[in-house]
Amino acid sequence: MGRYFQPEIETASQEQIREWQSERLVRQIQNVWDNVPIYRKRMEEAGLTPADIQSVDDLKKLPFITKDDLRDEYPFGLLARPLSECVRIQSTSGTTGRRVVAFYTQHDVDLWEECCARAIVAAGGTEEDVCQICYGYGLFTGGPGLNGGSHKVGCLTLPMSSGNTERQIQFMTDLGSTILCCTPSYAAYLAESIHERGVRDQIRLKAGIFGAEAWTEEMRHDIEDKLGIKAYDIYGLTEISGPGVSFECSEQRGMHVNEDHFIAEVINPKTGEVLPDGEKGELVFTSITKEAFPLIRYRTRDICILTHEKCSCGRTHVRMTKPLGRSDDMLIVKGVNVFPSQIETVLINKGYPANYQIIVDRVNNSDTIEVQVEMTPEMFSDSLSAVSAKEKELVDALKAMLGIYAKVKLVNPKAITRSEGKAVRVIDKRNLYQG
Amino acid sequence: MTVKQISVFLENKPGKLADFTDVLSANGIDMRAMSLAEAADFGIVRIIVDDVYNASTVIKDAGYIFSITKVLAIEMPDEPGALSRIIRLLGDNEINLEYMYAFTAPKKNSAYMILRVPDNEKAIEVLGRKGIRPVCHDDLVEM
Repeated sequence: MGRYFQPEIETASQEQIREWQSERLVRQIQNVWDNVPIYRKRMEEAGLTPADIQSVDDLKKLPFITKDDLRDEYPFGLLARPLSECVRIQSTSGTTGRRVVAFYTQHDVDLWEECCARAIVAAGGTEEDVCQICYGYGLFTGGPGLNGGSHKVGCLTLPMSSGNTERQIQFMTDLGSTILCCTPSYAAYLAESIHERGVRDQIRLKAGIFGAEAWTEEMRHDIEDKLGIKAYDIYGLTEISGPGVSFECSEQRGMHVNEDHFIAEVINPKTGEVLPDGEKGELVFTSITKEAFPLIRYRTRDICILTHEKCSCGRTHVRMTKPLGRSDDMLIVKGVNVFPSQIETVLINKGYPANYQIIVDRVNNSDTIEVQVEMTPEMFSDSLSAVSAKEKELVDALKAMLGIYAKVKLVNPKAITRSEGKAVRVIDKRNLYQG
Repeated sequence: MTVKQISVFLENKPGKLADFTDVLSANGIDMRAMSLAEAADFGIVRIIVDDVYNASTVIKDAGYIFSITKVLAIEMPDEPGALSRIIRLLGDNEINLEYMYAFTAPKKNSAYMILRVPDNEKAIEVLGRKGIRPVCHDDLVEM
């Protein structure tokens, strides 16, 4: 196998790519017009019919679809195929009220796995490699996506799932894993654990494919040094398919979007206007080959920059920067999507004031989240156990809402600064976004 | 036959207790007794003062969250077994002790225990049967 998984696609001319995109977009728009009522309704509201979409140049005429729409249409509203043709669902990391379930036909699973295979080959993977996958398996797309990609490349696949570091390291040394797929924070943790155990000379890793959360160049260098590997970034989202929507090549200068399947646009998040290459804006995807769950102009809320500049790796597909931020207030903590509004809902339900602050940090390469809440006379009592019980009740309610543990810190009234205008609700000390 | 205790919420951070005691001293408030209970991130400071109304006004104006609780203050003879007898008496009558702390009254040359129980009336009755009478808030001023 060469340097590409599908060379004729990955190195096709940009004209060729546009031709594929136009042809597939026209077909997809007819498909959603015929099969998904919300798209037809939105197009009609915009005065459009499928005849108005003749090529990729017409994409900008189409209305956007948002995560709220996905939530409103949960679970079956966006299905474009009968359930009998679907073979799989995956789901976002799942926060109450924001859960998104994506459906896949066998064709959809195959194209997703192909995208992951391209990422593995770009990281130097061949059928000689042993690919250790420590992303979670299950509803989360990380494990299943890379697993399928690894099969397609022909690697020996180790479906480890996440956690159990002892066993991870044992398999890594005993079976001679050469490619590691996991979140960057877990890679950093594994690297440290390997050093602590003094088994660095027993591992044979050459590359890592790390995604599902933001990470910095410093973190990349740290992991690369500690493990003696090259660390590649991978990007994706369940709504569009999963990991592999875009991936890094050996140049490590942006991630190539798999444009034969997903059209990427960058827009001004306020006006919706499409921005040219090099300008920072919100990333929008259109899945032009998906059968079961096609999304047209899906607003990712991720802020990034696109470039069509020639890449020396030979791939011609457009490159995107790592996400440089969010256009909404969503936080990703331990791979889980957290919205401040969810925390606010819990506080109000439990009788606390809506004046709160969320402090996100990364301690020993693991995300932490702390919610500072102002004490009220109603919550207070002279009994430590009574106050602690109230605190625990709030911790439990937050866990039920967010799906992860959030530390609660009760603070004095007015301890949380009232800012003029928009309150500063979130302090993210991780400093993960660059640029 | 109870005394009023003021309990104040404090963050468990360096200087927070000093900030609080500064507020009291700046307003000329003298504490008869004080105890501190701490969790990981917060603490509850409990104080006994002569003028509860004045102190609570000062504490409130300084922006603290507080509560006022009626607790029992019992004079203890300075001899072995004195405390045990009282606690045993409460225990034998199924009265749970949530917390307690001590203070002394130098003028009277005696020691007092502050007891926090769920049901003051029941505790007063049980203690009264053995001739033990908790002091009331006005008694503090005499001490």
